[in-house]
Amino acid sequence: MKIKFQNLSKQYEPGHVILNPMDFEDEVHTLAVIGPSGGGKSTLLRIIGGLIAPTTGKLWVDSDEIRQNEASLQQYRKTIGFVFQQGGLFRHMSALDNIAVPLEQVHGYSRTESRSRALELLERFGLKEDARKKPAALSGGQQQRVAIARAVAARPKLLLLDEPTSALDPEYTTEVLNVIRELKEEGMRFIIVTHEMGFARHACDKAAFLCEGSLLEYGESAQLFAHPETEQLQRFLGKLLEWNV
Amino acid sequence: MKHLKQLFWISDNNGQHAPQTARMFNKKISRPAALFNLLLVAALWVALFWISLRTIQIRLDFTFLGEFRIRIWNGFLATLGLSLFSLIFSLLIGILSAAGQSSSVLFIRFFCSVYVKFIRGTPLIMQIYLFFYIVGTAWGVSNRFTAGVLILSIFEGAYIAEIIRGSLLSLEESQLEAARAVGFSRRQTWRFVILPQMITRTLPALTGQFASIIKDSSLLSIIAVIELTQTMREISAVNFRLFECYLFLGILYLCLTLPVSLISERLERRFQYEN
Repeated sequence: MKIKFQNLSKQYEPGHVILNPMDFEDEVHTLAVIGPSGGGKSTLLRIIGGLIAPTTGKLWVDSDEIRQNEASLQQYRKTIGFVFQQGGLFRHMSALDNIAVPLEQVHGYSRTESRSRALELLERFGLKEDARKKPAALSGGQQQRVAIARAVAARPKLLLLDEPTSALDPEYTTEVLNVIRELKEEGMRFIIVTHEMGFARHACDKAAFLCEGSLLEYGESAQLFAHPETEQLQRFLGKLLEWNV
Repeated sequence: MKHLKQLFWISDNNGQHAPQTARMFNKKISRPAALFNLLLVAALWVALFWISLRTIQIRLDFTFLGEFRIRIWNGFLATLGLSLFSLIFSLLIGILSAAGQSSSVLFIRFFCSVYVKFIRGTPLIMQIYLFFYIVGTAWGVSNRFTAGVLILSIFEGAYIAEIIRGSLLSLEESQLEAARAVGFSRRQTWRFVILPQMITRTLPALTGQFASIIKDSSLLSIIAVIELTQTMREISAVNFRLFECYLFLGILYLCLTLPVSLISERLERRFQYEN
């Protein structure tokens, strides 16, 4: 899938710049966005997902320009799956309803179709027993697996994951990352914002390094991690290695 | 010794998974222990009352109630009617003024917030006198029951507005963002996310507010709306059985408010674990 943006930037109020104007154009299969906190990673992901509008610039996905009006954005969002860091599940709905209700209401599935699709996914992600539970009754890892199931339920053309494991304990992190890797093996295309460098390096084809609102490095993951070019990325990776086993 | 302890104390091995604060109030109590302790409490209150009445040398005599039973029953129904109508109108006013307070039209926003602040900041009895002359005289509402419903609805509406506004504020941004991410339209977001979450959050408090409406309606007796309190005042003015009248009045109000607050408590417990 080709993703392209030109002169894309975001600032909330004058002087408060989140993203400096940036250009990008490439075929995206699996992309990891890494970088220090506050560098604009989540904002960029939300712009790509059609959740917030850029201040300047244009965005193309599959050579279609994403227009920033609510009606066309709503159409566009239907083709994208989004997983948030936490709290993205509707808390008043069971795991099953979280998946089935959007399928029925947004994607026009019948009631039985949406339920069987939801159950199929829950079973696949090892959550069959938890279908009737509300998010509060699920562990963090289970919640994120439900969130991923919901995001892929309507077979989106692109999955966006915003630090899906940052709020999780290490053992849950692994179970969630395994699910994402499985999806990759099935051909799901995704962009993930993550602090899991092992995953970014080995499970994603490409990686982008975002620092202080600028896209400083981009390329093959293996290359980017093995030979960081900018001083910022070298320092960033060095810090992460400090406490490695 | 252990049995004796079980009769008075709540064992602490229930509901370990609930949050600490919830556990403090929702402990499981065995039925015989509950019954025994309730009886004990009731006995204490009756004794206290009885001794007090003894000291001022009053003998309770409720025989007159039979004679006035139709008037009392009508008063009871009037209070129930007043409260139900007021509940409906105050809900309407509350929803509108909660929405108005978040309006982007400044005039509407200020209008609603001045209304809420004025009503919540002044006593009901003052509002009843004031509005009775405005509503009754200037707006030409001569029916006291209708005027009573209007006044009470205006009063309770301000409190309901705050309940609703509070629950709107407590909606998390992440839920709204998720609604957009799954592709919900504005209308679908209201229908499938905002309203269901607001209802579970406001319902316990709204039920509690209904109990307040029932009690507050008693103040309408000062503008001679013939409801339960006014009926009892009239009866006691005739037969001077002040204690009996007000005691019975209290029991009748409890018949209305106790079930309501039980429902409110139950709703609160039911939604506690969901959010």
